Amino acid sequence: MDLAPRAPLQASARPPAGSLWLRGWLVPVGSVLAGLFAFGLFVAAIGHNPLVVFATIAEGGFASSFAWQNTLLRAAPLILTGLAVALPAQAGLVVIGAEGALAFGALAASVVAVPIASQLAPQSVPLAWLAGGLAGMAAGGAWYALIGLFRARRGLNETISSLLMSYIAIAVFNHLVEGPLRDAASLNKPSTLPLPAEAMIGSLPGLEVHWGLLLGIVACLLAQIVISRSTWGFSLRVAGGNPRAAMLVGLPVGTLIVLACVAGGASAGLAGAIEVMAVHGSANASVLAGYGTTGILVSFMARHQPLAVIPVAVLMGGIAAAGSLLQRRLDLPDATTMVLQGLLFVAILAGDAFRPKDQR
Amino acid sequence: MSVDALLSVLIAVLGGAIRVSTPFLFVSLGECITERAGRINLGLEGTMVFGAMFGYAVSYHSGSAWVGVLAAGLSGVVFGLVHGALCSLPRVNDIAIGVALIILGLGLAFFFGKGYIQPTAPRLPSLELGAWSDSPALRAALQVNVLFLIGLVLALCLSWALANTRWGLQLRTVGDSADAARALGLSINRTRIVATALGGFLGGVAGAFLSLYYPGSWNEGLSSGQGVMAVALVIFARWRPMGCVRAALIFGGASSIGPALQAVGIQAGYHLWNAAPYVLTLAIMLASTSRARASIGAPGELAMTR
Repeated sequence: MDLAPRAPLQASARPPAGSLWLRGWLVPVGSVLAGLFAFGLFVAAIGHNPLVVFATIAEGGFASSFAWQNTLLRAAPLILTGLAVALPAQAGLVVIGAEGALAFGALAASVVAVPIASQLAPQSVPLAWLAGGLAGMAAGGAWYALIGLFRARRGLNETISSLLMSYIAIAVFNHLVEGPLRDAASLNKPSTLPLPAEAMIGSLPGLEVHWGLLLGIVACLLAQIVISRSTWGFSLRVAGGNPRAAMLVGLPVGTLIVLACVAGGASAGLAGAIEVMAVHGSANASVLAGYGTTGILVSFMARHQPLAVIPVAVLMGGIAAAGSLLQRRLDLPDATTMVLQGLLFVAILAGDAFRPKDQR
Repeated sequence: MSVDALLSVLIAVLGGAIRVSTPFLFVSLGECITERAGRINLGLEGTMVFGAMFGYAVSYHSGSAWVGVLAAGLSGVVFGLVHGALCSLPRVNDIAIGVALIILGLGLAFFFGKGYIQPTAPRLPSLELGAWSDSPALRAALQVNVLFLIGLVLALCLSWALANTRWGLQLRTVGDSADAARALGLSINRTRIVATALGGFLGGVAGAFLSLYYPGSWNEGLSSGQGVMAVALVIFARWRPMGCVRAALIFGGASSIGPALQAVGIQAGYHLWNAAPYVLTLAIMLASTSRARASIGAPGELAMTR
C-alpha cells in the first residue's frame, strides 16, 4: 500500500536464506518481548513493581507441581481451541468462534455420554467417552461447516460470521442448559444431568491432569503431519495462500475451505466434550470459561503452526493459572491476565509489519 | 396471549427500539465512517465496553453525565488512533487487530472497572415525549434520551458531509480506490487514522449510553456484541449514515423482544429471544453478499469485499 518505506528494501539485494530464517524467529520472539514490556509499563503505571508481577506470574504458573497441574488443566482445552483457529487459518481464514463450537461440543457430549455411561459396566465406560468425544466433534464440526459454507458459497466474511454464531451458540447453550436439558437436581447452578463421578475421564499416569491433554497433543501432531506432509494439506495451503491460483490449477477451493472449518470446529467441539467428561461432569456455565477466546491468541502466537500451538497453550495456561495468585498476593483484579493477553496479541499482530515479505 | 398483553409487548418493543437502538446508532455511524475510509474496526466492541466503564467512572467523579459521555468518546479516540496507526503498518490485518483490541479493551475495562460496579453515578436525562398520553406504558416507551436525538442529527450531518464536503470526498476516494487517492496526492494513512479515531469516538459514546442511560449501570456483562454487530449493520445500511438509523431501529426492536416478553411474564425462550439480533444480523449479511459481486455500495478498498 505504501510505496515509500519499501523502496530501500527492494533496492538492496535479497537477504540470504539464513537471514530470512533468523528473522522468521526474531520477529515473533521480539513481538512477545515487546508485549511483555508494554505490560510491564502498564503494571508500573498503576504502581506495582513489574518484576514482582512477572515473578508472581512465573510462580503461579510454573513454580510448583500444584502450579503446573493448574497450568496443564487450562492448557488442555487451549491446545484444542488454538487448533480450532490454526486449522482454518491454513486455508487463509480467520475463524474466531471457537467458544460457540466448544459450547455445542459440551452439550453433545453430555447428552450422549451420560445415558450411555449409565448403561455400561464400569470397565467399558471408555466406550461412553468415545461416543461423547465423537458427538462433541460432530456438533462442533457441523456448526463450523456453516461458517465454511457461508464463506465458500456467499463470500460472507468468516471472522464476523463466526463471532456472531458464537453468540447464537452460547444463547442456545444457555437456553438448553436452563430449560429442556436441565437436571432438576441442579438448584443453584443450572446444569445438564451429570456424569457419575466414577465414570469421569481419569488422570494421566503420574500426573494430576486428565487424558484430554494427551489427546490435544496427539491432535496437534496429526494436524502438523497432515498439513506439512499430505497432498490434502498442501492443497489447503495453496488455497489459503492464493485462492485464484488454486482455482486455476483445479483445486476444489470451496470444499477445502469447508473441510478446514469442519476440522477446526471438531477440535473446539472435542475441547468442550473433554471439559464435560473430565472436569465438570455436566454442561453448565463453568464450561464457557473463555477458552475459545484465548485460543485465538494461542494460534496467532503460534503463527498457526499446530506443533507450536502446544507450548504456546501451556504458556497461556500458565498465565491464566497465575491469575488467582496475582489476586491473592498483589490484590490485582483477575482481568490483569486479560490485559496481558490483549497487549501480547496486539504486539504479535504489529510484528507482521517486520516479517520478511515471503513468509506468512 | 391477551390483546392487552400483546399491545403492551408491542409498545415495549417500540420503546425498546428507540432506547436500545441508540448505542447501535452511534457505534454503527462510527463503523460507517471507518469503513468508508476502507478499514474495518471490529475493536469497536472493546472500545464500547471501555467507554462504558470510563464514562461511568468520570460521571461518578465529576458529577456530570455529559462530562462522562465526552470522556468516553475521548477514550474511544485513543483506541481508534491505536487501531488506525497499527493498521497503517504494512501487512498488518485490520480485522485481526480489531479482535486483539476487543480483548485489550475488555481487559482494561474490567481491570479499572472493578471499583465502579457498586457506586451510583449521575445518569443522562431523558425527554418526556409521551407526556400527552394517559397510558403509563406509552409514557415509558416515549421517554427519549437526548443522545438518540443527537445521533439522528449526527446521521443527517454525516450524510450531508460525505456527499458535499471536501473531507467527505477525500474519505470516499481513499475508501474506494487507494490508487486514485495516491494519484491525487491524498495521504491515505492519515485519512484512515482520522476516520478510525472519529469512529472510536462514536464507539465510546455508544458505550457511555449503555452505562449512563440504559441499562444504566456499569457491570462486566454490559455490552453483548453491539460493536461486532455494527459491522453487519453498516452492510445492511449500505454504508450510508441514514441507513444506519433505520438499521439501528430495527436491531433495537429485535433486541427488546426478549425483555418485553419477559415483562408480561413470558419466560419461555428468553435466551433464544436474546439471540434474535445475532440471527437477524447473520441473515442480513447472507442476503446482502454473494460470490459473484461485491455488496452494493461497499467501499472498494474494504478487506471484506475484496
